[in-house]
Amino acid sequence: MQTTSETNLSLAEDLQADLPIKRQLFSYGMTAIALLLTALALLPLFSILFSIVQQGLPQLSWQTFTTLPSPTGSVGEPDGFGNAIIGTAVMVGMASLISIPVGIMTAIFLAEFSQGSAIAGFVRFVVTILSGVPSIVVGVFAYGVIVLATKEFSALAGSFALAVVMLPIVVLSTESALLLVPTAQKLASAGLGASRFQTTFRVVLASALPGIMTGILLAIARAAGETAPLIFTALFSTSWFDNLLSPTSSLSVLIYNYISLKVLLKNIIWLGQRLWCCSV
Amino acid sequence: MSDSSELKIDITTPDGAELDRGFTGLVKGFALCTVFLLFWMTWVILGAAIPAIQTFGLGFFLSQDWDVGALIFGALPYGYGTLMTSIIALVIGVPIAIAVALVTSETFLPIWVRSPLAALVELIAAIPSVIIGLWGFFVLIPFIDPVQLWIFKVLGWIPLFGTEPTVGQGSIFVAGVILAIMILPTIATISRDVLIAIPTELRSASRALGSTHWETLFRVVLPTAAPGILGAITLGLGRAMGETMAVTLVIGNSPQFTVSLLNLGATIPSVLANQFAEALDTLHIGALMYLALALFGLTLLVNIAAVMIVKTLEQR
Repeated sequence: MQTTSETNLSLAEDLQADLPIKRQLFSYGMTAIALLLTALALLPLFSILFSIVQQGLPQLSWQTFTTLPSPTGSVGEPDGFGNAIIGTAVMVGMASLISIPVGIMTAIFLAEFSQGSAIAGFVRFVVTILSGVPSIVVGVFAYGVIVLATKEFSALAGSFALAVVMLPIVVLSTESALLLVPTAQKLASAGLGASRFQTTFRVVLASALPGIMTGILLAIARAAGETAPLIFTALFSTSWFDNLLSPTSSLSVLIYNYISLKVLLKNIIWLGQRLWCCSV
Repeated sequence: MSDSSELKIDITTPDGAELDRGFTGLVKGFALCTVFLLFWMTWVILGAAIPAIQTFGLGFFLSQDWDVGALIFGALPYGYGTLMTSIIALVIGVPIAIAVALVTSETFLPIWVRSPLAALVELIAAIPSVIIGLWGFFVLIPFIDPVQLWIFKVLGWIPLFGTEPTVGQGSIFVAGVILAIMILPTIATISRDVLIAIPTELRSASRALGSTHWETLFRVVLPTAAPGILGAITLGLGRAMGETMAVTLVIGNSPQFTVSLLNLGATIPSVLANQFAEALDTLHIGALMYLALALFGLTLLVNIAAVMIVKTLEQR
């Protein structure tokens, strides 16, 4: 009897005792390390945002959006990047015109029409792989298809490259938006006598529209910030946008060119940078 | 159209059925177009690379001469640069990303801090890479230069750190650090999703047996999440290998091959970015296409591996 109560007593002591100091230190130490590393992870983000606002904001004026870049080395002339804004808008717009319809149709196939067939699995696999292809390789592809054929760097080649970059993003985000539409809604539509075509357009797409729009905006933001597919497809130009078959400037390539030329036009660079974050 | 004719729209009319069939075919056609794109891409790049493949063969990847004038091309410095920057990015990025994933999924912080924190980390992925490169050039390089000098002084006897860093020009090491920042959100976000999906019973059982929170994390939660985290890391690796602009702006772009990580270097994407616009000769374009093909193949393999890892995870 006594031994049992002694055991109970020592058990109670054991249960109420603090953890060994080693285990306590390990817990506190690991928590501290994890929090520190998380803070470290956010440091670059804040540093980037701070640099942009600090260096870019004071340089911002209406003129920078409406004028051409001033010639290198000139002082006091109107300076801006209006042509790059238009160039980016034109190329992203063209890319959207191609990639959004193709992307949405592909997503409709995956979510609504494939019914888990082997083809659908394969298409989804290819789209996922496509989304992982480095954007520079997409640029090389556009160079091979359009620049080598037309012997000219052009906005067309740039748009083509951006369309390929955008396509998998549109497909994957639209598909997940479509899959969120409740089956009951589709069945109700079919039950009322709607054909698949009608169900897809009037019920599924209509109710998935907000999700699809988010995906499209993400794709546009991504394309607007891309540089790698443009440096040797659309190349660059210091004059206004002319036609689709001539070299065209874009904001991202403008930033890249100014740094790689080591021209001390930091102001414009930071400005362009600020603009990008706005777009994102 | 009158009201009565509208009422005739019903599923049994052949009109509706034909429209449906046509629409199904159309949708399928677009889907196949998307698939076709990947094969078209392979075909175009392979086709343009053939002159270089025939001239240099596989020795291309072991030769370190890159002379545009003499039309002699070898890819060793670029392959080495791509490999080393990716390894540095993983070594630095993975522990931080896992820490972020744990902090944003576990209960160390209240929920109203955790969710914004996760959103902020995801925001890093939304910054265009040319802007990260810009920041790297003007802010990160001046910040890392003293660190590089210190590494050279202390570890200079190891060939890997055996050259004096060029101040203000960047290096393979700086490029690795930039890549670590860029792959961090990818790895952290996916790992977080994997960690959140782990059943509560597992944690409860471990805690009930008397282990502390961190002991549970290391012995139960992380091992359970390991395949998913591995998939996330593989995706991050794919991103690191293909990243172009940020790396090009901070690596110094030197075609000279040295083992040292503190030296200027180049990666496959950076040499493509630098030389494609000026390449005129078929063999030069071919050599660049050959590099692009190698990069394409590598990232394809890495991404397929990532997809496979995630798939086996889903099946379990």
